[in-house]
Amino acid sequence: MILPHTRRTAPVSPTRVRPNAVLLSPLLAVTALLVAILSGCAAGGTAPGATAGEGSGTPNGTITVYAAASLKATFTELAGTFEAENPGTRVSLSFAGSSDLASQISQGAPADVFASADTANMKKLQDAGLADGTPRNFATNTLAIAVPPGNPAGIASLKDLARPGIKLVTCARQVPCGAATAKVAETAGLTLSPVSEENAVTDVLGKVVSGEADAGLVYGTDIKTAGTKVSGIQFTEAGSAVNTYPIAGVAGSRNRAAAQAFLDLVTGAEGQKVLAAAGFGPPGQ
Amino acid sequence: MDTQAYSGIPGWVRALAVLAVVVVVLPLLAMVLRVDWAQFIPLVTSESSLTALGLSLRTSAASTLLCILLGVPLALVLARDTFRLQGLLRSLVLLPLVLPPVVGGIALLYTFGRQGLLGQTLDMLGLQIAFSTMAVVLAQTFVALPFLVVSLEGALRTSGSRYEAVAATLGARPGTVFRRVTLPLVLPGLASGAVLSFARSLGEFGATLTFAGSLQGVTRTLPLEIYLQRETDPDAAVALSLVLVAVAVAVVALAYRRPAAVRSGSGKRTTAPAPAPGNVQ
Repeated sequence: MILPHTRRTAPVSPTRVRPNAVLLSPLLAVTALLVAILSGCAAGGTAPGATAGEGSGTPNGTITVYAAASLKATFTELAGTFEAENPGTRVSLSFAGSSDLASQISQGAPADVFASADTANMKKLQDAGLADGTPRNFATNTLAIAVPPGNPAGIASLKDLARPGIKLVTCARQVPCGAATAKVAETAGLTLSPVSEENAVTDVLGKVVSGEADAGLVYGTDIKTAGTKVSGIQFTEAGSAVNTYPIAGVAGSRNRAAAQAFLDLVTGAEGQKVLAAAGFGPPGQ
Repeated sequence: MDTQAYSGIPGWVRALAVLAVVVVVLPLLAMVLRVDWAQFIPLVTSESSLTALGLSLRTSAASTLLCILLGVPLALVLARDTFRLQGLLRSLVLLPLVLPPVVGGIALLYTFGRQGLLGQTLDMLGLQIAFSTMAVVLAQTFVALPFLVVSLEGALRTSGSRYEAVAATLGARPGTVFRRVTLPLVLPGLASGAVLSFARSLGEFGATLTFAGSLQGVTRTLPLEIYLQRETDPDAAVALSLVLVAVAVAVVALAYRRPAAVRSGSGKRTTAPAPAPGNVQ
C-alpha cells in the first residue's frame, strides 16, 4: 500500500507550479470539515437562544446542569418536569463525581448550575468565586449496606462487615462516600478491611451487583436505584455521617433566570417530593 | 537512490506535520509546567506512591512474561501455519487493541469472576482471582498480548522461512529449528514486542479498575493511584503522571531502536542473517 504511493510522488511534483493553490485547497478543505464537525457538536450542547432568557422574567433557552452522579435518576426526572413547565427551555445534564465536576467548572466548563454530593466540593467552587449566591442545601444521603440478592454471606449488621472472610468493597477515603465510610466505622469502633477501595460509589455498587463482593457500603439512594439487583440493609451508625447535598448557580452563567428557576424547582415542594421518593433525606438544618 | 535526495513533501503537509507534533507534545508540556518541583520528590516517594509504582512494575513484568509465554507460540502459528479461519483468528486476537479497556474488564469479570464462566471451577481449585494481584496481571495480559503478537508476527514474516527450511532439510527437528534458527532471527522483534507489552501493561487502567478493584499494595497500580490522588491532591497526581511519562519515554526509546535492527538484520536475504548475539538485553 505504501510503496506505490511513494513512487507516485516523483512524477507528480514537477507539475507543482502553483504552490499556493496546492497548499490552500487541502488545508481549507480540512479546516472546513473540522469547523463543520465541531459546530455540529456545539449545536447539540448550547441550543440557539441560550442567551435569550437573560433579563426576561420567564425562563427560556438552555441551561447546563452539572450534578453529582447519585442525582442521575432524580435530576433527569426534574429536568423533564422543568422543560414541561417552562416551554422553550432545555436542560442539558452532566453527571459525574462531585470533585470531577467542581474541577471542570473551575477550569471553565460552561455550567449554569452545580449540584454537589457534599459540601466540601461546593466550598471549592465558592472559594474560587464561582458560586452565584449562597448554595442551598436540598437533600441528604446516608450510607447503607448493599448485598447481592439472597445475601449469600448472611450480612445483618455493620458489625458483620468486619467478619474475617467477608469480601467487602467500599469507597476510597479520598472520595465523599469513603470519608463517610471511615466516619461510620470509627463511630461503631470497627476496623473494616475491604478487598477494594473504589473511586466512586457506582463502582462499589457494580461489584456487589456482579456478585464479586459479599457486601458494599453505598448510599441508601443507590440501593433504591439498583432495584432488585441488590438488597439493602440499614444500620443506625449511618446517622453519624450524613452527606448534605448543596446546589448553586454558577457565577457568569449566560442564563441566570433559567438557572435560578431550576434551583427553585429542586429546592421547592416538587423537587423535594421526587428526591424523597428516591430515598434522599430532607435537607435538615 | 534518487528518492533519497528528493524531498517532495508539499509545504502544507509539513505544516500539518508540525501541528501533529504540537497535538501530542503540547499537553505533555502543559503537564510538566504544572509540576510542583519543590514538592516533587516527597510527592513521588510517598508510601502510597512507591507501593503503587512497585506493584505496577511487578505486575507488568509478570504480564510481559505471560505475554511472551503465550504470544510467541501464537505469533508462530499465525505467521507460519496456514489453516481455515486464520484471518478470523488473527482479528479476534487483535481485538483488545481496539476495545475500550473497560469492556475488557467486564469480559474478564464474567470469565474469572465468582459468578463468571470459570468462577465455580476456579473456586473449587481454591483460586479466587477477583480483587487479587493475579487479576491485575490477567487484565494486563489481556490488553498487552496483541502488541507482542503483532510485533513478532511481523518480524517472523519479514525474516521468512527460508533458513528454517534449509535447517530442516539438513535434518534439524522442528524444536531445534525453532530454538536455533527462528528465535535468534526474530529476537529483535520479540524484544520490541515485549517492551511494548510491558508499556501497555504499565498503563493499564480500565480493565484493572473494572475487574481487579483498587486496594493499596494489592491491586492499586500507578495509574489507579493517579486517578485516586486526583480526587484530593492534584499536585500528587501530576507528579506521579510525570513518573509514568518518564517510564513511557524510556520504553518507547527502547522499543523503537529495535525495529530498525530487524530491518537491517534480515531485510537483505542474500547476506547471512547473523542474528547479532548482543541484542539480548
